[in-house]
Amino acid sequence: MNASYGIKSWLLTKDHKRIGLLYLATITLFFFLGGAFATLIRIELLTPQGDLVSSETYNKLFTMHGVVMIFFFLIPSIPATLGNFFLPMMIGARDLAFPKLNLLSWYLLVIGGLFALFAMLAGGVDTGWTFYTPYSTSYSNTWVIATAIGIFVAGFSSILTGLNFIITVHTMRAPGMTWFRMPLFVWAHYATSLIQVLGTPVLAVTIVLVFCERYFHIGIFDPALGGDPVLFQHLFWFYSHPAVYIMILPAMGVISELVSTFARKPVFGYGFVAFSSLAIAVLGFLVWGHHLFVSTQSVYAGLIFSFLSYFVAIPSAIKVFNWTATLYKGSISYATPMLYAFGFIGLFTIGGLTGLFVASLGIDVHVTDTYFVIAHFHYIMVGGAIMAYLGGMHYWWPKMTGRMYPEGWAKLSALVIFLGFNLTFFPQFILGYLGMPRRYHVYPPEFQVLHVLSTAGASVLAVGYVIPMVYFVWSLRYGAIAPANPWGASGLEWKTASPPPKHNFEETPIVTHGAYDYSHVIGEEVEVG
Amino acid sequence: MANHAQAETLALREQFDTAEQQKDASTLGMWIFLITEVMFFGGMFLAYTVYRSKYPVTFAVASTSLNVYIGAFNTVVLLCSSFTMVLAVRAAQLGKRRAIVLFLILTLILGFMFLGIKAFEWNEKFQEHHIPGMANFHLEGVPIEQQGQAQLFFSLYFAMTGLHALHMVIGAGIVSCLAWWAHKGKYTAEYMTPVDVGGLYWHFVDIIWIFLFPLLYLIDRHLGKWVS
Amino acid sequence: MTGHVDSVKTYALVFAALICLTILTTGVAFIDLGPFSVVVALVIAVCKMLLVALFFMHVRYSTKLTKLVVSGGLLWLGILVLFTLADVVSRGWVGVPGR
Repeated sequence: MNASYGIKSWLLTKDHKRIGLLYLATITLFFFLGGAFATLIRIELLTPQGDLVSSETYNKLFTMHGVVMIFFFLIPSIPATLGNFFLPMMIGARDLAFPKLNLLSWYLLVIGGLFALFAMLAGGVDTGWTFYTPYSTSYSNTWVIATAIGIFVAGFSSILTGLNFIITVHTMRAPGMTWFRMPLFVWAHYATSLIQVLGTPVLAVTIVLVFCERYFHIGIFDPALGGDPVLFQHLFWFYSHPAVYIMILPAMGVISELVSTFARKPVFGYGFVAFSSLAIAVLGFLVWGHHLFVSTQSVYAGLIFSFLSYFVAIPSAIKVFNWTATLYKGSISYATPMLYAFGFIGLFTIGGLTGLFVASLGIDVHVTDTYFVIAHFHYIMVGGAIMAYLGGMHYWWPKMTGRMYPEGWAKLSALVIFLGFNLTFFPQFILGYLGMPRRYHVYPPEFQVLHVLSTAGASVLAVGYVIPMVYFVWSLRYGAIAPANPWGASGLEWKTASPPPKHNFEETPIVTHGAYDYSHVIGEEVEVG
Repeated sequence: MANHAQAETLALREQFDTAEQQKDASTLGMWIFLITEVMFFGGMFLAYTVYRSKYPVTFAVASTSLNVYIGAFNTVVLLCSSFTMVLAVRAAQLGKRRAIVLFLILTLILGFMFLGIKAFEWNEKFQEHHIPGMANFHLEGVPIEQQGQAQLFFSLYFAMTGLHALHMVIGAGIVSCLAWWAHKGKYTAEYMTPVDVGGLYWHFVDIIWIFLFPLLYLIDRHLGKWVS
Repeated sequence: MTGHVDSVKTYALVFAALICLTILTTGVAFIDLGPFSVVVALVIAVCKMLLVALFFMHVRYSTKLTKLVVSGGLLWLGILVLFTLADVVSRGWVGVPGR
């Protein structure tokens, strides 16, 4: 970390740890940008009338909230920060297979982000993050092309990260580090990388076609020419459904690490969890048509996709059972990362179960495009993925920075986030069930109470997110100095200094035992509650 | 021999432990990249499949308006370039510096020939008013209510051959760089991974064309060119 | 680090086969085979692809992992096309408009 100084040493670095930190700064900025849009949305929804913003502006707000949060925050979040920093260390490598490609990935995210930012400042885009045709290609008067280019470029950032991780895991494991001795965090990122590499190119070509249609007026999806807008939806969701697994698999990888460390027990059913990651990656590609249930997709295709959608829930459920079983007879400590892990397990389960509701054709016809779906995916993305991200940040903060964060404040903000999250999104299940449509800012007055509760929750949630920003920055200067292994965790990253030296390890480690072997751990315990 | 081992070691990047590890990583890396390209082109192949199944007659008429002899000749040109490319890789495996450069340059020339012929074909389409999205688009032999479908064919024709041509231009850039470095003596029998990996890319672009040719040019040719 | 080095003759034979298949596919297109035209064209294209992949791209000498990667990519393209076609082809089977 301190090997060299100056801005050039950061902007031209090939060190995966520094690139991880560059990503951390970037995605944090995007998170707050996406959050700003969410704030405006929730304030508007306090009243049934469209009084804060016009309908056109409201369309732009939810579009940009979605675009920023998905493509510029969630997709890169865990893989590009924690994955970049720790995957090489966890397998005993000095760096990723292609460090220069890694740096390029970061620049691509930044460039893509600048395109998207330009689009927002120049007037915004109002198509919804899903860009459905023919509105996006023929009718919208907003900055569709600029946003599309931004997403295209960011997509290549994602593809290159995935490619890098796959090659690294295949070719750069330390001696003795067999596949089944790797931490589950690595398995999760490997599975994620498979999705990134196989799915993102289809999004890329879809964007190319939308660009061609909009800019050159060559209609691929134009119904007036005989084109099929549902073809766009097939191409779009072929990526965008697996994309949600890009967002959740790394989070699950983090949870495996947290649950093991803070129960001081190996993860129950290691093999099952590892193979479940792969199963989620594969099955996730077979279900995209469940986003097309109310389009003109045929009923028979709908039945097939609905049936397969139930299967993809199984490996996720296996993981939840296994994490829970890991806790049994474990020596559990309630440090902040563990609190986030508990939050994840509960909220992800709720989100996942409601996924089963919407996977059913019959139910989905009624709840699709309502707040029920919004609540479903926010339970997984925010209650799940972001909680895991924060848990991982707290867990690995000492390793990355050499400093401890203040445990009291951390526990408080975890609680605030948990309460704020549930107050924000639980009412939305009810709203959706009662028929409140998504993407509307004008609604019948009988929905107002629930919306007010949701907005109140959002304010609490916002406070919960700001507090860690403050104390993390504070800890860089004033936090307690962190030892090499404050949690008594297993894993190669804990056997080197905090923060790690440039080449990660003084000597290439020789691995002689599996991932969660606590008999080999000498932890320097730090006071935790 | 000592200086051969040195050559690979000199090219060894610091994140790798051995030259073999680096070669494995580079080769696997290119293959994974080619898979992303399969999915990238695949989206357009999907669009083509959907629309051809919906509008088989219009697509057949549109296809017969393309010059099949030029298309076939271009296919042969590209196959020749794949042949010269694999001979370049073979020369690199044998450490024959001048042969590498010769075959790479031949590959480049054939590649440019392909692109030149492609440009000629596109210009022909422009002359015949077959450019989709332009106001004067008209495909002979297709009634007015199906002109939109004909535009779909040509949209896919230009999108797919255009994307392919873009990849060929990038490939030409890669081959030029390889030829230059080969000329400088950078590649030996022990270290020829960039040539190997460049070859993989070039062959892949050839394979894309192997599918584009029959799908675009050979739909129901027995119907003959429609004369209005 | 050279691995297998094929002879020029091998490559020339593969090249000749590719040219022959090109001539064949062009010629067959002028014969009316009804629905089989597209099948024949695709079969020939797949043969050409296999020749290029196995011989020119050295897949026949490559590791199991490489072969898995290649097959996986083609399989994934197959998933995209097959599942989408399942929708397109079965529209209208129920007899209800829009389904």
